Amino acid sequence: MIRGAGRHVTSAALAVLFLLPLLWTLHSSLTGRQAGDSGTGNYRRLADYGSGLGTYLLNTTVVALVAVGVTVVTTTLGGYAMARVAFPGRNLLFLVTLAILMVPYTTILVPLYLLLGWLGLQNSLLGLGLVLAVLQLPFGLFMMRNSFEALPIELEEAALIDGCSVGGALWRVLLRGVLPGIVTIALFSFLAAWNEFVAPLIFLTDGEKFTLPVALFNLQSGSLGSVDFGALQAGVVVSALPCVAVFLVLQRYYVRGFTSGALKG
Amino acid sequence: MVSVVSSRVAAPDTPAPDPRRRGSIARGRRRLGIAYATPMAVLVAVFFVVPLGLMLWMSVNHWPLVGASAPNGVENFAALSDPLFLRAVGFTLKYTAVTTVVLGLVAFGLALLVQHDRPGSGFVRTVFFLPSAVGLASTSLLFYGLFTTDSSALNQVLGFLGLGRVDWLGSGGSALGSTVAMITWRFAGFYMLILMTGLQSIDPELYEAARIDGANRRQILWRVTLPLLRPTLALAMVLSLTGSLLAFDQFFILTGGRHDTATVVIDIYREAFLSQDLGRAAAVSVATLAVLIVLNFAQLRLIRREGR
Repeated sequence: MIRGAGRHVTSAALAVLFLLPLLWTLHSSLTGRQAGDSGTGNYRRLADYGSGLGTYLLNTTVVALVAVGVTVVTTTLGGYAMARVAFPGRNLLFLVTLAILMVPYTTILVPLYLLLGWLGLQNSLLGLGLVLAVLQLPFGLFMMRNSFEALPIELEEAALIDGCSVGGALWRVLLRGVLPGIVTIALFSFLAAWNEFVAPLIFLTDGEKFTLPVALFNLQSGSLGSVDFGALQAGVVVSALPCVAVFLVLQRYYVRGFTSGALKG
Repeated sequence: MVSVVSSRVAAPDTPAPDPRRRGSIARGRRRLGIAYATPMAVLVAVFFVVPLGLMLWMSVNHWPLVGASAPNGVENFAALSDPLFLRAVGFTLKYTAVTTVVLGLVAFGLALLVQHDRPGSGFVRTVFFLPSAVGLASTSLLFYGLFTTDSSALNQVLGFLGLGRVDWLGSGGSALGSTVAMITWRFAGFYMLILMTGLQSIDPELYEAARIDGANRRQILWRVTLPLLRPTLALAMVLSLTGSLLAFDQFFILTGGRHDTATVVIDIYREAFLSQDLGRAAAVSVATLAVLIVLNFAQLRLIRREGR
């Protein structure tokens, strides 16, 4: 049991310990290979690596945007239906969607690989984005169903009385109420898609299509013999920076999102 | 996530505003519900239900990466007695046990340290959680540099102490220890937050009552905090167990999936894309999935009993 000042000292020491790896990677990304190198050499070599850093950043962004867009739209509509409308097959759909949590996707990667081939989506950023969106559906559906259930039904009724259609009420009135849920889902699926490693490693075969984690892995496995550690740490900084920034800006939503998602009920 | 399964779907028998419109609104709503749920249902069917069925079918077929497939019964399941697979199972179990214990203890310690709102505790929480925002692949690449380069802070500290370099990833044992340290850094803040919400949901009056009854801090921890935290602890354990049993990124990147650090998922990857035998990979996947589902159900029952 640690009390008083001891608690502060322990907290501060641990905080430094947690920050050290991040500070080290930032520092070594800015350190030249020889004395006298300017600090940007690692980033310049990273920018020229393979198909170019810009290509990998663009690919990763496309995949993340597809995943976020598909997840948000389908779970918002689906969550509304789950919360407010009795339609045949509703419970079955809910249970099957939640079963995605029980079946880790790494065990179905091989059949997914074949399936994407049959759909003409192999080696495609769109196909990868769709697969990554599906992984976010259980959390998203759960979140949106709860968000819609938390809104008073009178809100929707008032809109209906005022002449809105059911669809119009959803679009004009309810969407504002579930916005925190939507932000949380967008954030979760963005981070998950941006950082995904196994799925793009398997689904993307063309170097031009690689996402950042896969490109960096190739940089590390060093096709040219020795590993360029400086460029590698620069790559870690580039891939981590958007996630850290997004997290710091939206951490309130993030924290609330996964605690309510994990512990509700 | 766990209690989701047990929570009832609320019946949305909404009274329509005007009785004369009730019938048409109810019908309109049902049609709308089906339309709204359709995109999700299609995604779930195409990218989850179909591959799941396909995996079962593949597991009983000879299915090379290139070329025609043919039924071959349970032959693929011979992959389960492969010495390399058994070794991967053993390593995965060892890794899972060590990670779950170490990560659990560290996360619980952090949660106790910062659970109360004091000056600075918000900042410290954010710092502990920050590594969770960094992707696992990026984390592995970061630590790969930390573990293997002479100029890494880790090796410089060792040099400063006159200890010389340690081969952090050299043997299976040292790679396991190094990986657990890295995973603890990456996930401790995440589990800390889960445990913290559990701690904060405990009624302060219970602590007060225990103190009045003369309990000391240690007794309060063992007799009040831990029993009431059991559902939350169990949830964190489920997440940690499932995550570690399916470990891939960390070992694939840190050691290249070397045989002495190969996990079950790395074995599946090898069967599929290096041996190009998709049937055997599917058989191993089916077996892994079966074990995980049994485990999940056992844990769910445990949590529900404890939760009451």
